Amino acid sequence: MTVEAPIRVEDKLFQNRYLVDVGNAHIRVKPHTKPSAELLALLKVCPAHCYELNTNGQVEVTPDGCVECGTCRVIAEGNGDIEWDYPRGGYGVLFKFG
Amino acid sequence: MIEERFDAIVVGAGMAGNAAALTMAKRGMKVLQIERGEYPGSKNVQGAILYADMLEKLVPNFREDAPLERHLVEQRFWMMDERSHTGLHYRSDDFNEEKPNRYTIIRAQFDKWFSSQAQEAGAIVLCETTVKELVKDAYGKVIGVITDREGGEVHADVVVLAEGVNGLLGTKADLRERPSPDKVALAVKEMHFLPRETIEARFNLKGDEGVVIEAAGTISRGMTGMGFVYANKESVSVGIGCLVADFQKSGETPYDLLERFKKHPSIAPLIEGSEVKEYAGHLIPEGGYKAIPQLYGDGWVVVGDAAQLNNALHREGSNLAMTSGRIAGEAIFQVKSRKDPMTKENLALYKKMLDESFVIKDLKKYKDMPDLLHIQSQNFFLTYPQLINKALQNFVRVDGTPKVDKEKVTIRSFVSARSWAGLFGDAFRFARAWR
Repeated sequence: MTVEAPIRVEDKLFQNRYLVDVGNAHIRVKPHTKPSAELLALLKVCPAHCYELNTNGQVEVTPDGCVECGTCRVIAEGNGDIEWDYPRGGYGVLFKFG
Repeated sequence: MIEERFDAIVVGAGMAGNAAALTMAKRGMKVLQIERGEYPGSKNVQGAILYADMLEKLVPNFREDAPLERHLVEQRFWMMDERSHTGLHYRSDDFNEEKPNRYTIIRAQFDKWFSSQAQEAGAIVLCETTVKELVKDAYGKVIGVITDREGGEVHADVVVLAEGVNGLLGTKADLRERPSPDKVALAVKEMHFLPRETIEARFNLKGDEGVVIEAAGTISRGMTGMGFVYANKESVSVGIGCLVADFQKSGETPYDLLERFKKHPSIAPLIEGSEVKEYAGHLIPEGGYKAIPQLYGDGWVVVGDAAQLNNALHREGSNLAMTSGRIAGEAIFQVKSRKDPMTKENLALYKKMLDESFVIKDLKKYKDMPDLLHIQSQNFFLTYPQLINKALQNFVRVDGTPKVDKEKVTIRSFVSARSWAGLFGDAFRFARAWR
């Protein structure tokens, strides 16, 4: 059996068009020392892999490649772990096909 | 920003929003539609299948210029295990009719066209504009919206919330709850481009004929979910979606799931050699009838995905969205023509008309199905697909084993996996939820 290289979602996102609103992230993670179970779930469930652990073991978000599905909002907005807003009008992902 | 006052503001330019805006503009109402994307459709994602009947009610001659991909002559349902699929196919030349019943579409292109219909009817469409908040008067009646444009407050008699499944406005204003992880599915999709002839040869099609494949089974790894492959003119839409709550529990990643689906020996040959041009993710309302929120109030109505109007079992969403938008538009127009105010009492007409339509009737019929499929996901999405595929392989493989012994093996495999009581219980519960 061959071992396959893990899928790099970054390669998939590279096909998409984005207009990144530099300096205006539309998703923010609340400062925390130890991430909640909900925050940890986002590391895997986000389809654009926007969430990563930093060297201190905290969850960070880089929403540049966000496809604006709202999955993280559904999981982690309710307990205050994240703040979710839409990007400003015209910014964010721009689907050619959708 | 805009000083004038509108009869109605529609938030969002998807299926529901465009249907509502078109319906009201056609009747001479002054409509402002606000869309946060670069153009209508640029934020919208779907498989996508269009049902002609629901659009015909809005644009009778849509076939003349709407961007349609292929009309469907065949539907395949596949139950998959790791290496096999058991299929049910329905194909009929009857679908090669003068006015076909279903089409594949590409949403970004279709929505742009659909919006142009509303604009031609007189609706004003403002793109690249995000609505930040609803404006309420001292009595709590919605009287307009605040956008992210400078001085961006606009007033109207009624606001139609067509903001999609992830609608922030309605939840921020406490008109409805944020969907919970067990009420929405996350789907990821890729657009695979291939020459037309290749698609036609691989899917057994001529000209503009189309095929859709809906697939369930071990591809969702025990989660409640489905995969799909839809043939467009020069592309194939390939995707898979599962309940967010199941993703959360399982720790599966959506893109790994999609890759494994694409590599399944039944799927891979269909998309081999294709060029992928887009990767999208989107939530799908899955809560059914029981998840429908309050649909109207003082100065507002909610339509489409934002109102959880999706028939997950029949994979019908955009037609429910389109129909709810149209009905909301018609109800609002009726209230306006009577010169009545857009109060909760008067807007209850929208709910009444929607209850009488197929939208609510269909959702009501399957009100117990989401719970059943979610609770029994391991059985319906792992155990049964494996058992059925193994049984079929046993049935078709000729190897000198007497048929009587083969049958015993198959029956024993079902009983040992689920027990007689379990099998009858599952059949009974499924039949009851379907009824």
